[in-house]
Amino acid sequence: MSAATRTIRRAKAGTTEAPWVRWTLIGVAMVFLLLFLVLPLAAVFTEALRKGVDAYLAGLKEPDAWSAIKLTLLTAVIAVPLNLVFGVAAAWCIAKYEFKGKAFLTTLIDLPFSISPVVAGLMYVLVFGAHGWFGPWLAEHDIKIIFAVPGIVLATVFVTFPFIARELIPLMQAQGNDEEQAAIVLGASGWQTFWHVTLPNIKWGLLYGVILCNARAMGEFGAVSVVSGHIRGQTNTIPLHVEILYNEYQSVAAFAAASLLALLALVTLVIKSVAEWRNEQEMKAAAELPPERPRP
Amino acid sequence: MTTPPKRARKRVLPGFGLTLGYTLFYLSIIVLIPLTALLFKTFTMTWPQFWEAVAAPRVLASYRLTFGASFIAACVNLVFGLLIAWVLVRYQFPGKKIVDALVDLPFALPTAVAGISLTALLAGNGWIGQYLEPLGIQLAFNPNGIVIALIFIGLPFVVRTVQPVLEDSEKELEEAATSLGATRWQIFLHVILPAITPALLTGFAMAFARAVGEYGSVIFIAGNMPMVSEITPLIIIGKLEQYDYAGATAVAVVMLVISFVMLLVINALQAWQRRHAGAPV
Repeated sequence: MSAATRTIRRAKAGTTEAPWVRWTLIGVAMVFLLLFLVLPLAAVFTEALRKGVDAYLAGLKEPDAWSAIKLTLLTAVIAVPLNLVFGVAAAWCIAKYEFKGKAFLTTLIDLPFSISPVVAGLMYVLVFGAHGWFGPWLAEHDIKIIFAVPGIVLATVFVTFPFIARELIPLMQAQGNDEEQAAIVLGASGWQTFWHVTLPNIKWGLLYGVILCNARAMGEFGAVSVVSGHIRGQTNTIPLHVEILYNEYQSVAAFAAASLLALLALVTLVIKSVAEWRNEQEMKAAAELPPERPRP
Repeated sequence: MTTPPKRARKRVLPGFGLTLGYTLFYLSIIVLIPLTALLFKTFTMTWPQFWEAVAAPRVLASYRLTFGASFIAACVNLVFGLLIAWVLVRYQFPGKKIVDALVDLPFALPTAVAGISLTALLAGNGWIGQYLEPLGIQLAFNPNGIVIALIFIGLPFVVRTVQPVLEDSEKELEEAATSLGATRWQIFLHVILPAITPALLTGFAMAFARAVGEYGSVIFIAGNMPMVSEITPLIIIGKLEQYDYAGATAVAVVMLVISFVMLLVINALQAWQRRHAGAPV
Protein backbone atom coordinates (compact mmCIF):
# COMPACT_ATOMS: atom_id res chain seq x y z
CA MET A 1 0.00 0.00 0.00
CA SER A 2 1.38 3.36 -0.98
CA ALA A 3 1.78 6.13 1.54
CA ALA A 4 -0.86 8.20 -0.24
CA THR A 5 -3.65 5.63 0.03
CA ARG A 6 -2.74 5.06 3.66
CA THR A 7 -3.20 8.75 4.40
CA ILE A 8 -6.56 8.82 2.64
CA ARG A 9 -7.75 5.79 4.58
CA ARG A 10 -6.62 7.38 7.80
CA ALA A 11 -8.34 10.65 6.97
CA LYS A 12 -11.60 8.79 6.38
CA ALA A 13 -11.22 6.86 9.59
CA GLY A 14 -10.47 10.16 11.29
CA THR A 15 -14.02 11.45 11.27
CA THR A 16 -15.75 8.29 12.37
CA GLU A 17 -15.08 5.30 14.56
CA ALA A 18 -14.44 1.65 13.80
CA PRO A 19 -17.70 -0.28 13.29
CA TRP A 20 -17.35 -2.20 16.54
CA VAL A 21 -16.94 1.02 18.52
CA ARG A 22 -19.89 2.53 16.70
CA TRP A 23 -22.22 -0.36 17.38
CA THR A 24 -21.08 -0.69 21.00
CA LEU A 25 -21.84 2.98 21.63
CA ILE A 26 -25.22 2.69 19.90
CA GLY A 27 -25.94 -0.46 21.90
CA VAL A 28 -25.08 1.09 25.27
CA ALA A 29 -27.16 4.19 24.50
CA MET A 30 -30.15 2.08 23.45
CA VAL A 31 -29.98 -0.16 26.52
CA PHE A 32 -29.86 2.94 28.74
CA LEU A 33 -32.89 4.46 26.99
CA LEU A 34 -34.71 1.14 27.11
CA LEU A 35 -34.21 0.86 30.86
CA PHE A 36 -34.92 4.48 31.74
CA LEU A 37 -37.56 5.53 29.20
CA VAL A 38 -39.23 2.60 27.44
CA LEU A 39 -39.70 0.30 30.43
CA PRO A 40 -41.34 2.95 32.67
CA LEU A 41 -43.67 3.89 29.82
CA ALA A 42 -44.54 0.25 29.11
CA ALA A 43 -45.05 -0.43 32.81
CA VAL A 44 -47.80 2.22 33.02
CA PHE A 45 -49.93 0.45 30.43
CA THR A 46 -49.26 -3.12 31.56
CA GLU A 47 -50.03 -2.24 35.19
CA ALA A 48 -53.22 -0.48 34.08
CA LEU A 49 -54.37 -3.51 32.08
CA ARG A 50 -53.17 -6.11 34.59
CA LYS A 51 -56.72 -7.15 35.52
CA GLY A 52 -58.19 -6.81 32.05
CA VAL A 53 -59.92 -4.13 30.05
CA ASP A 54 -63.05 -4.12 32.21
CA ALA A 55 -61.15 -3.27 35.38
CA TYR A 56 -59.26 -0.60 33.44
CA LEU A 57 -62.44 1.05 32.18
CA ALA A 58 -64.08 0.74 35.61
CA GLY A 59 -61.18 2.71 37.06
CA LEU A 60 -61.77 5.50 34.57
CA LYS A 61 -65.56 5.57 34.96
CA GLU A 62 -65.58 6.40 38.66
CA PRO A 63 -67.17 9.80 39.33
CA ASP A 64 -64.01 10.96 41.15
CA ALA A 65 -61.90 10.08 38.13
CA TRP A 66 -64.30 11.98 35.90
CA SER A 67 -64.23 15.10 38.03
CA ALA A 68 -60.41 14.90 38.12
CA ILE A 69 -60.33 14.72 34.32
CA LYS A 70 -62.69 17.68 34.02
CA LEU A 71 -60.71 19.78 36.49
CA THR A 72 -57.44 18.99 34.70
CA LEU A 73 -58.92 20.04 31.36
CA LEU A 74 -60.39 23.21 32.88
CA THR A 75 -57.03 24.13 34.43
CA ALA A 76 -55.19 23.68 31.14
CA VAL A 77 -57.87 25.60 29.21
CA ILE A 78 -57.32 28.62 31.48
CA ALA A 79 -53.57 28.38 32.12
CA VAL A 80 -52.31 27.72 28.59
CA PRO A 81 -54.02 30.71 26.86
CA LEU A 82 -52.90 33.04 29.68
CA ASN A 83 -49.30 31.98 29.20
CA LEU A 84 -49.73 32.08 25.44
CA VAL A 85 -50.69 35.76 25.46
CA PHE A 86 -47.91 36.51 27.90
CA GLY A 87 -45.38 34.50 25.89
CA VAL A 88 -46.14 36.37 22.67
CA ALA A 89 -46.09 39.77 24.38
CA ALA A 90 -42.84 39.04 26.20
CA ALA A 91 -41.17 37.64 23.07
CA TRP A 92 -42.28 40.69 21.05
CA CYS A 93 -40.80 43.26 23.43
CA ILE A 94 -37.64 41.26 24.15
CA ALA A 95 -36.87 40.11 20.60
CA LYS A 96 -37.88 43.19 18.65
CA TYR A 97 -36.45 46.02 20.77
CA GLU A 98 -33.31 47.01 22.64
CA PHE A 99 -33.83 48.39 26.13
CA LYS A 100 -32.07 48.58 29.46
CA GLY A 101 -32.55 45.64 31.78
CA LYS A 102 -33.50 43.24 28.98
CA ALA A 103 -31.15 40.51 30.16
CA PHE A 104 -32.51 40.86 33.68
CA LEU A 105 -36.09 40.63 32.44
CA THR A 106 -35.23 37.47 30.50
CA THR A 107 -33.73 35.95 33.64
CA LEU A 108 -36.85 36.83 35.65
CA ILE A 109 -39.00 35.08 33.04
CA ASP A 110 -36.87 31.95 33.46
CA LEU A 111 -37.21 32.04 37.23
CA PRO A 112 -40.20 29.68 37.58
CA PHE A 113 -38.16 26.96 35.85
CA SER A 114 -35.65 26.90 38.65
CA ILE A 115 -38.00 27.30 41.61
CA SER A 116 -39.13 24.02 43.13
CA PRO A 117 -42.84 23.45 42.45
CA VAL A 118 -43.38 22.89 46.16
CA VAL A 119 -41.91 26.32 46.95
CA ALA A 120 -44.14 27.81 44.24
CA GLY A 121 -47.23 26.33 45.85
CA LEU A 122 -46.15 27.63 49.24
CA MET A 123 -45.77 31.17 47.86
CA TYR A 124 -49.43 31.22 46.82
CA VAL A 125 -50.49 29.85 50.20
CA LEU A 126 -48.65 32.77 51.82
CA VAL A 127 -50.44 35.29 49.58
CA PHE A 128 -53.97 33.88 49.40
CA GLY A 129 -54.16 31.35 52.27
CA ALA A 130 -56.17 31.89 55.46
CA HIS A 131 -53.14 33.41 57.23
CA GLY A 132 -51.75 35.04 54.11
CA TRP A 133 -51.67 38.64 52.92
CA PHE A 134 -55.10 38.67 51.31
CA GLY A 135 -56.51 35.82 53.44
CA PRO A 136 -58.73 37.90 55.77
CA TRP A 137 -60.04 40.05 52.93
CA LEU A 138 -60.83 37.00 50.81
CA ALA A 139 -62.58 35.29 53.73
CA GLU A 140 -64.70 38.42 54.30
CA HIS A 141 -65.85 38.38 50.72
CA ASP A 142 -66.31 34.62 50.73
CA ILE A 143 -63.78 34.00 47.97
CA LYS A 144 -61.78 30.80 48.14
CA ILE A 145 -58.50 30.59 46.25
CA ILE A 146 -56.34 28.19 48.23
CA PHE A 147 -57.79 24.68 48.53
CA ALA A 148 -60.02 25.59 45.60
CA VAL A 149 -59.90 25.71 41.83
CA PRO A 150 -58.42 29.26 41.44
CA GLY A 151 -55.39 28.24 43.50
CA ILE A 152 -54.83 25.20 41.29
CA VAL A 153 -55.02 27.37 38.18
CA LEU A 154 -52.61 29.95 39.65
CA ALA A 155 -50.06 27.31 40.66
CA THR A 156 -50.31 25.76 37.20
CA VAL A 157 -49.85 29.14 35.53
CA PHE A 158 -46.72 29.66 37.63
CA VAL A 159 -44.99 26.39 36.78
CA THR A 160 -45.80 26.69 33.06
CA PHE A 161 -45.05 30.43 32.97
CA PRO A 162 -41.82 30.45 30.87
CA PHE A 163 -42.59 27.67 28.37
CA ILE A 164 -44.00 29.67 25.45
CA ALA A 165 -41.90 32.82 25.99
CA ARG A 166 -38.75 30.66 26.17
CA GLU A 167 -39.59 29.01 22.87
CA LEU A 168 -40.46 32.23 21.04
CA ILE A 169 -37.70 34.63 22.20
CA PRO A 170 -34.74 32.94 20.43
CA LEU A 171 -36.89 32.19 17.39
CA MET A 172 -38.02 35.81 16.96
CA GLN A 173 -34.52 37.11 17.68
CA ALA A 174 -33.12 34.90 14.94
CA GLN A 175 -35.71 36.15 12.47
CA GLY A 176 -34.95 39.80 13.08
CA ASN A 177 -37.14 42.81 12.33
CA ASP A 178 -36.72 43.24 8.58
CA GLU A 179 -39.97 41.69 7.46
CA GLU A 180 -42.04 43.51 10.07
CA GLN A 181 -40.38 46.84 9.29
CA ALA A 182 -41.08 46.33 5.59
CA ALA A 183 -44.75 45.68 6.37
CA ILE A 184 -45.01 48.82 8.51
CA VAL A 185 -43.28 50.95 5.90
CA LEU A 186 -45.73 49.62 3.30
CA GLY A 187 -48.58 50.89 5.45
CA ALA A 188 -49.72 47.87 7.48
CA SER A 189 -50.96 48.46 10.99
CA GLY A 190 -49.26 46.83 13.97
CA TRP A 191 -51.93 44.15 14.28
CA GLN A 192 -51.89 43.41 10.55
CA THR A 193 -48.12 43.05 10.71
CA PHE A 194 -48.38 40.67 13.63
CA TRP A 195 -51.12 38.49 12.13
CA HIS A 196 -49.81 38.34 8.56
CA VAL A 197 -46.04 38.60 8.94
CA THR A 198 -44.89 37.57 12.42
CA LEU A 199 -47.41 34.84 13.23
CA PRO A 200 -46.82 32.75 10.07
CA ASN A 201 -43.09 32.89 10.80
CA ILE A 202 -43.36 31.70 14.38
CA LYS A 203 -46.30 29.30 14.12
CA TRP A 204 -44.35 26.06 14.55
CA GLY A 205 -42.35 27.38 17.48
CA LEU A 206 -45.56 28.63 18.99
CA LEU A 207 -47.23 25.24 18.58
CA TYR A 208 -44.20 23.55 20.14
CA GLY A 209 -44.32 25.88 23.14
CA VAL A 210 -48.08 25.47 23.55
CA ILE A 211 -48.03 21.67 23.58
CA LEU A 212 -45.14 21.48 26.05
CA CYS A 213 -46.89 24.07 28.22
CA ASN A 214 -50.10 22.03 27.99
CA ALA A 215 -48.38 18.75 28.91
CA ARG A 216 -46.84 20.33 31.98
CA ALA A 217 -50.10 22.10 32.90
CA MET A 218 -52.06 18.84 32.84
CA GLY A 219 -49.37 16.87 34.61
CA GLU A 220 -48.15 19.26 37.32
CA PHE A 221 -48.07 17.59 40.70
CA GLY A 222 -45.92 19.33 43.33
CA ALA A 223 -47.25 22.89 43.15
CA VAL A 224 -50.85 21.80 42.68
CA SER A 225 -50.53 19.34 45.54
CA VAL A 226 -49.66 22.16 47.97
CA VAL A 227 -52.60 24.42 47.06
CA SER A 228 -55.28 21.85 46.27
CA GLY A 229 -56.27 20.53 49.68
CA HIS A 230 -56.98 17.14 48.04
CA ILE A 231 -60.75 17.34 48.26
CA ARG A 232 -62.04 14.37 46.31
CA GLY A 233 -64.36 15.16 43.47
CA GLN A 234 -63.67 18.88 43.89
CA THR A 235 -60.00 19.86 43.88
CA ASN A 236 -58.32 16.74 42.58
CA THR A 237 -56.55 16.88 39.25
CA ILE A 238 -55.58 13.65 37.47
CA PRO A 239 -52.05 13.52 38.96
CA LEU A 240 -53.45 14.04 42.48
CA HIS A 241 -56.12 11.42 41.82
CA VAL A 242 -53.36 9.01 40.79
CA GLU A 243 -51.54 9.67 44.05
CA ILE A 244 -54.61 9.05 46.23
CA LEU A 245 -55.47 5.79 44.47
CA TYR A 246 -51.88 4.64 44.60
CA ASN A 247 -51.60 5.32 48.32
CA GLU A 248 -54.82 3.35 48.85
CA TYR A 249 -53.29 0.38 47.02
CA GLN A 250 -55.81 0.65 44.17
CA SER A 251 -53.03 -0.05 41.75
CA VAL A 252 -55.10 -0.78 38.64
CA ALA A 253 -57.24 2.35 39.00
CA ALA A 254 -54.15 4.47 39.74
CA PHE A 255 -52.34 3.24 36.64
CA ALA A 256 -55.52 3.55 34.56
CA ALA A 257 -55.65 7.27 35.39
CA ALA A 258 -51.88 7.49 34.89
CA SER A 259 -52.24 5.88 31.46
CA LEU A 260 -54.33 8.86 30.35
CA LEU A 261 -51.43 11.15 31.22
CA ALA A 262 -48.96 8.81 29.53
CA LEU A 263 -51.11 8.91 26.38
CA LEU A 264 -51.09 12.70 26.61
CA ALA A 265 -47.29 12.58 26.80
CA LEU A 266 -47.09 10.37 23.71
CA VAL A 267 -49.45 12.63 21.74
CA THR A 268 -47.33 15.60 22.85
CA LEU A 269 -44.16 13.95 21.56
CA VAL A 270 -45.79 13.12 18.21
CA ILE A 271 -47.09 16.68 17.69
CA LYS A 272 -43.72 18.07 18.72
CA SER A 273 -41.87 15.87 16.21
CA VAL A 274 -44.29 16.79 13.44
CA ALA A 275 -43.94 20.50 14.25
CA GLU A 276 -40.14 20.24 14.15
CA TRP A 277 -40.24 18.31 10.89
CA ARG A 278 -42.63 20.78 9.23
CA ASN A 279 -40.50 23.68 10.42
CA GLU A 280 -37.38 22.12 8.88
CA GLN A 281 -39.22 21.52 5.60
CA GLU A 282 -40.30 25.15 5.43
CA MET A 283 -36.84 26.42 6.27
CA LYS A 284 -35.39 24.24 3.51
CA ALA A 285 -38.01 25.39 1.02
CA ALA A 286 -37.32 29.02 1.94
CA ALA A 287 -33.56 28.47 1.55
CA GLU A 288 -34.06 27.03 -1.94
CA LEU A 289 -35.98 30.06 -3.21
CA PRO A 290 -33.91 32.17 -5.56
CA PRO A 291 -33.09 35.65 -4.23
CA GLU A 292 -35.79 37.97 -5.45
CA ARG A 293 -33.70 41.10 -5.70
CA PRO A 294 -30.13 41.56 -6.72
CA ARG A 295 -27.95 42.11 -3.70
CA PRO A 296 -26.78 45.71 -3.36
CA MET B 1 -28.56 37.83 22.70
CA THR B 2 -26.59 41.02 22.97
CA THR B 3 -26.79 42.41 19.51
CA PRO B 4 -24.36 45.25 18.92
CA PRO B 5 -26.11 48.57 19.62
CA LYS B 6 -27.38 49.86 16.35
CA ARG B 7 -26.90 53.57 16.30
CA ALA B 8 -29.90 55.40 17.66
CA ARG B 9 -32.41 53.18 15.92
CA LYS B 10 -35.82 54.76 15.87
CA ARG B 11 -38.50 52.30 16.88
CA VAL B 12 -40.37 51.59 13.68
CA LEU B 13 -42.39 48.69 15.05
CA PRO B 14 -45.35 49.59 17.22
CA GLY B 15 -46.36 47.86 20.43
CA PHE B 16 -43.28 48.28 22.62
CA GLY B 17 -45.10 50.01 25.46
CA LEU B 18 -48.05 47.65 25.32
CA THR B 19 -46.07 44.40 25.26
CA LEU B 20 -43.49 45.48 27.83
CA GLY B 21 -46.20 46.83 30.09
CA TYR B 22 -48.22 43.64 29.89
CA THR B 23 -45.12 41.50 30.41
CA LEU B 24 -44.17 43.39 33.57
CA PHE B 25 -47.75 43.38 34.86
CA TYR B 26 -48.20 39.64 34.36
CA LEU B 27 -44.72 38.87 35.70
CA SER B 28 -45.47 40.89 38.85
CA ILE B 29 -48.78 39.18 39.55
CA ILE B 30 -47.68 35.62 38.89
CA VAL B 31 -44.06 35.64 40.03
CA LEU B 32 -42.85 38.76 41.82
CA ILE B 33 -45.65 39.40 44.33
CA PRO B 34 -45.80 35.78 45.55
CA LEU B 35 -42.00 35.79 45.76
CA THR B 36 -42.09 38.94 47.89
CA ALA B 37 -44.69 37.32 50.16
CA LEU B 38 -42.27 34.47 50.79
CA LEU B 39 -39.43 36.84 51.69
CA PHE B 40 -41.66 38.99 53.92
CA LYS B 41 -42.85 35.94 55.80
CA THR B 42 -39.20 35.13 56.56
CA PHE B 43 -38.63 38.60 57.98
CA THR B 44 -41.37 38.01 60.56
CA MET B 45 -39.17 35.31 62.11
CA THR B 46 -36.36 36.00 64.53
CA TRP B 47 -32.89 34.80 63.57
CA PRO B 48 -32.83 31.92 66.14
CA GLN B 49 -36.26 30.75 64.95
CA PHE B 50 -35.07 30.80 61.37
CA TRP B 51 -31.89 28.95 62.23
CA GLU B 52 -33.75 26.33 64.21
CA ALA B 53 -36.01 25.67 61.24
CA VAL B 54 -33.34 25.47 58.56
CA ALA B 55 -30.57 23.74 60.52
CA ALA B 56 -32.45 21.02 62.40
CA PRO B 57 -30.70 17.65 62.01
CA ARG B 58 -33.61 16.21 60.02
CA VAL B 59 -33.53 19.18 57.63
CA LEU B 60 -29.74 19.01 57.27
CA ALA B 61 -30.03 15.31 56.41
CA SER B 62 -32.57 16.23 53.73
CA TYR B 63 -30.18 18.78 52.16
CA ARG B 64 -27.41 16.21 52.04
CA LEU B 65 -29.73 13.70 50.43
CA THR B 66 -31.28 16.15 47.95
CA PHE B 67 -27.99 17.62 46.77
CA GLY B 68 -26.09 14.33 46.85
CA ALA B 69 -28.73 12.44 44.87
CA SER B 70 -29.16 15.35 42.43
CA PHE B 71 -25.40 15.52 41.89
CA ILE B 72 -25.04 11.80 41.24
CA ALA B 73 -28.04 11.83 38.90
CA ALA B 74 -26.69 14.85 37.01
CA CYS B 75 -23.29 13.10 36.64
CA VAL B 76 -24.95 9.99 35.22
CA ASN B 77 -26.93 12.22 32.85
CA LEU B 78 -23.75 14.02 31.85
CA VAL B 79 -22.12 10.79 30.68
CA PHE B 80 -25.15 9.10 29.14
CA GLY B 81 -26.58 12.36 27.80
CA LEU B 82 -23.35 12.96 25.90
CA LEU B 83 -23.36 9.37 24.66
CA ILE B 84 -26.98 9.61 23.45
CA ALA B 85 -26.40 13.00 21.79
CA TRP B 86 -23.27 11.61 20.10
CA VAL B 87 -25.04 8.52 18.82
CA LEU B 88 -28.00 10.57 17.55
CA VAL B 89 -25.82 13.12 15.73
CA ARG B 90 -22.97 11.01 14.38
CA TYR B 91 -24.41 7.59 13.57
CA GLN B 92 -27.16 6.18 11.40
CA PHE B 93 -29.24 3.32 12.72
CA PRO B 94 -32.80 2.04 12.27
CA GLY B 95 -35.40 3.79 14.43
CA LYS B 96 -33.23 6.83 15.02
CA LYS B 97 -36.10 9.33 14.52
CA ILE B 98 -38.25 7.55 17.10
CA VAL B 99 -35.40 7.41 19.61
CA ASP B 100 -34.78 11.12 19.06
CA ALA B 101 -38.42 11.94 19.77
CA LEU B 102 -38.51 9.63 22.79
CA VAL B 103 -35.66 11.48 24.53
CA ASP B 104 -38.13 14.25 25.41
CA LEU B 105 -40.44 11.82 27.23
CA PRO B 106 -39.39 13.02 30.71
CA PHE B 107 -40.44 16.56 29.70
CA ALA B 108 -43.85 15.36 28.60
CA LEU B 109 -44.64 12.59 31.09
CA PRO B 110 -46.10 13.94 34.35
CA THR B 111 -43.73 13.36 37.24
CA ALA B 112 -46.29 11.52 39.36
CA VAL B 113 -46.74 8.99 36.56
CA ALA B 114 -42.99 8.53 36.27
CA GLY B 115 -42.82 8.06 40.04
CA ILE B 116 -45.40 5.30 40.35
CA SER B 117 -44.16 3.61 37.20
CA LEU B 118 -40.53 3.48 38.31
CA THR B 119 -41.67 2.24 41.71
CA ALA B 120 -43.70 -0.53 40.08
CA LEU B 121 -40.63 -1.58 38.06
CA LEU B 122 -38.13 -1.53 40.90
CA ALA B 123 -40.17 -2.77 43.87
CA GLY B 124 -39.49 -6.32 45.07
CA ASN B 125 -42.22 -7.77 42.84
CA GLY B 126 -41.59 -5.53 39.82
CA TRP B 127 -40.18 -6.40 36.39
CA ILE B 128 -36.65 -5.38 37.35
CA GLY B 129 -36.87 -5.58 41.13
CA GLN B 130 -37.73 -9.29 41.18
CA TYR B 131 -34.34 -10.14 39.66
CA LEU B 132 -32.36 -7.78 41.83
CA GLU B 133 -33.91 -8.54 45.19
CA PRO B 134 -32.49 -12.10 45.44
CA LEU B 135 -29.06 -10.54 44.81
CA GLY B 136 -29.57 -8.22 47.75
CA ILE B 137 -29.89 -5.10 45.60
CA GLN B 138 -32.72 -2.79 46.59
CA LEU B 139 -33.48 0.08 44.24
CA ALA B 140 -36.86 1.23 45.57
CA PHE B 141 -37.83 2.85 48.87
CA ASN B 142 -34.31 4.07 49.64
CA PRO B 143 -31.89 6.74 48.31
CA ASN B 144 -31.06 4.55 45.27
CA GLY B 145 -34.62 5.00 44.07
CA ILE B 146 -34.32 8.78 44.44
CA VAL B 147 -31.23 8.82 42.22
CA ILE B 148 -32.99 6.71 39.58
CA ALA B 149 -36.05 8.98 39.54
CA LEU B 150 -33.79 12.04 39.22
CA ILE B 151 -31.86 10.45 36.34
CA PHE B 152 -35.17 10.00 34.54
CA ILE B 153 -36.23 13.62 35.20
CA GLY B 154 -32.92 15.15 34.07
CA LEU B 155 -32.14 12.95 31.07
CA PRO B 156 -33.25 15.29 28.25
CA PHE B 157 -31.34 18.36 29.48
CA VAL B 158 -27.81 17.24 28.59
CA VAL B 159 -28.91 15.56 25.34
CA ARG B 160 -30.81 18.63 24.15
CA THR B 161 -28.06 21.14 25.00
CA VAL B 162 -25.21 19.08 23.51
CA GLN B 163 -27.02 17.85 20.37
CA PRO B 164 -27.17 21.18 18.46
CA VAL B 165 -23.54 21.99 19.28
CA LEU B 166 -22.38 18.61 18.00
CA GLU B 167 -24.44 19.11 14.85
CA ASP B 168 -22.76 22.45 14.18
CA SER B 169 -19.21 21.29 14.94
CA GLU B 170 -16.93 21.37 11.93
CA LYS B 171 -15.67 18.07 10.63
CA GLU B 172 -12.77 19.87 8.92
CA LEU B 173 -11.10 20.32 12.30
CA GLU B 174 -11.27 16.61 12.93
CA GLU B 175 -9.96 15.82 9.46
CA ALA B 176 -7.08 18.23 10.03
CA ALA B 177 -6.28 16.58 13.36
CA THR B 178 -6.31 13.15 11.73
CA SER B 179 -4.00 14.21 8.94
CA LEU B 180 -1.65 15.54 11.62
CA GLY B 181 -1.56 12.06 13.10
CA ALA B 182 -3.98 12.25 16.01
CA THR B 183 -5.86 9.13 17.05
CA ARG B 184 -9.64 9.15 17.30
CA TRP B 185 -9.50 9.25 21.09
CA GLN B 186 -7.04 12.17 21.07
CA ILE B 187 -9.32 14.03 18.68
CA PHE B 188 -12.27 13.46 20.98
CA LEU B 189 -10.34 14.70 24.01
CA HIS B 190 -8.59 17.67 22.41
CA VAL B 191 -10.85 18.80 19.55
CA ILE B 192 -14.43 17.72 20.18
CA LEU B 193 -14.65 17.82 23.97
CA PRO B 194 -13.39 21.41 24.39
CA ALA B 195 -15.94 22.57 21.80
CA ILE B 196 -18.87 21.00 23.61
CA THR B 197 -17.78 21.60 27.22
CA PRO B 198 -19.89 24.76 27.74
CA ALA B 199 -22.99 22.98 26.43
CA LEU B 200 -22.24 19.90 28.55
CA LEU B 201 -21.90 21.96 31.71
CA THR B 202 -25.06 23.94 30.91
CA GLY B 203 -26.99 20.70 30.52
CA PHE B 204 -25.45 19.36 33.73
CA ALA B 205 -26.42 22.50 35.68
CA MET B 206 -29.97 22.42 34.30
CA ALA B 207 -30.40 18.75 35.17
CA PHE B 208 -29.01 19.40 38.66
CA ALA B 209 -31.24 22.45 39.25
CA ARG B 210 -34.30 20.55 38.12
CA ALA B 211 -33.42 17.56 40.30
CA VAL B 212 -32.97 19.65 43.45
CA GLY B 213 -36.53 20.95 43.25
CA GLU B 214 -38.15 17.73 42.06
CA TYR B 215 -40.99 16.36 44.14
CA GLY B 216 -43.57 14.35 42.22
CA SER B 217 -41.47 11.51 40.89
CA VAL B 218 -39.35 11.13 44.01
CA ILE B 219 -41.89 10.78 46.81
CA PHE B 220 -43.36 7.55 45.46
CA ILE B 221 -40.05 5.75 45.15
CA ALA B 222 -38.16 7.26 48.08
CA GLY B 223 -39.82 5.53 51.01
CA ASN B 224 -39.66 8.94 52.74
CA MET B 225 -37.99 7.86 55.98
CA PRO B 226 -36.85 10.83 58.09
CA MET B 227 -33.03 11.20 58.15
CA VAL B 228 -32.64 8.52 55.45
CA SER B 229 -34.74 9.14 52.39
CA GLU B 230 -36.66 12.35 52.99
CA ILE B 231 -35.99 15.08 50.40
CA THR B 232 -36.12 18.81 51.21
CA PRO B 233 -39.35 19.58 49.28
CA LEU B 234 -41.03 16.87 51.35
CA ILE B 235 -39.82 18.60 54.54
CA ILE B 236 -41.65 21.73 53.36
CA ILE B 237 -44.83 19.74 52.69
CA GLY B 238 -44.53 18.07 56.09
CA LYS B 239 -44.24 21.42 57.88
CA LEU B 240 -47.22 22.78 55.93
CA GLU B 241 -49.35 19.82 56.95
CA GLN B 242 -48.58 20.68 60.58
CA TYR B 243 -49.54 24.33 59.88
CA ASP B 244 -45.94 25.39 60.58
CA TYR B 245 -46.00 28.06 57.88
CA ALA B 246 -42.98 29.92 59.22
CA GLY B 247 -40.85 26.76 59.33
CA ALA B 248 -41.94 25.78 55.82
CA THR B 249 -41.11 29.26 54.57
CA ALA B 250 -37.65 29.22 56.15
CA VAL B 251 -36.71 25.98 54.42
CA ALA B 252 -38.29 27.26 51.20
CA VAL B 253 -36.10 30.37 51.35
CA VAL B 254 -33.01 28.20 51.56
CA MET B 255 -34.14 26.30 48.48
CA LEU B 256 -35.00 29.57 46.76
CA VAL B 257 -31.53 31.00 47.34
CA ILE B 258 -30.06 27.85 45.86
CA SER B 259 -32.38 28.17 42.85
CA PHE B 260 -31.17 31.75 42.31
CA VAL B 261 -27.55 30.65 42.47
CA MET B 262 -28.20 27.84 40.00
CA LEU B 263 -29.98 30.26 37.68
CA LEU B 264 -27.00 32.62 37.74
CA VAL B 265 -24.60 29.73 37.10
CA ILE B 266 -26.70 28.54 34.15
CA ASN B 267 -26.88 32.07 32.73
CA ALA B 268 -23.10 32.45 33.02
CA LEU B 269 -22.57 29.07 31.35
CA GLN B 270 -24.89 29.99 28.50
CA ALA B 271 -23.08 33.28 27.98
CA TRP B 272 -19.81 31.33 27.88
CA GLN B 273 -21.33 28.94 25.35
CA ARG B 274 -22.41 31.82 23.09
CA ARG B 275 -18.94 33.36 23.23
CA HIS B 276 -17.46 29.94 22.56
CA ALA B 277 -19.65 29.49 19.51
CA GLY B 278 -18.32 32.81 18.25
CA ALA B 279 -20.27 35.11 15.98
CA PRO B 280 -23.78 33.89 15.21
CA VAL B 281 -23.97 32.27 11.78
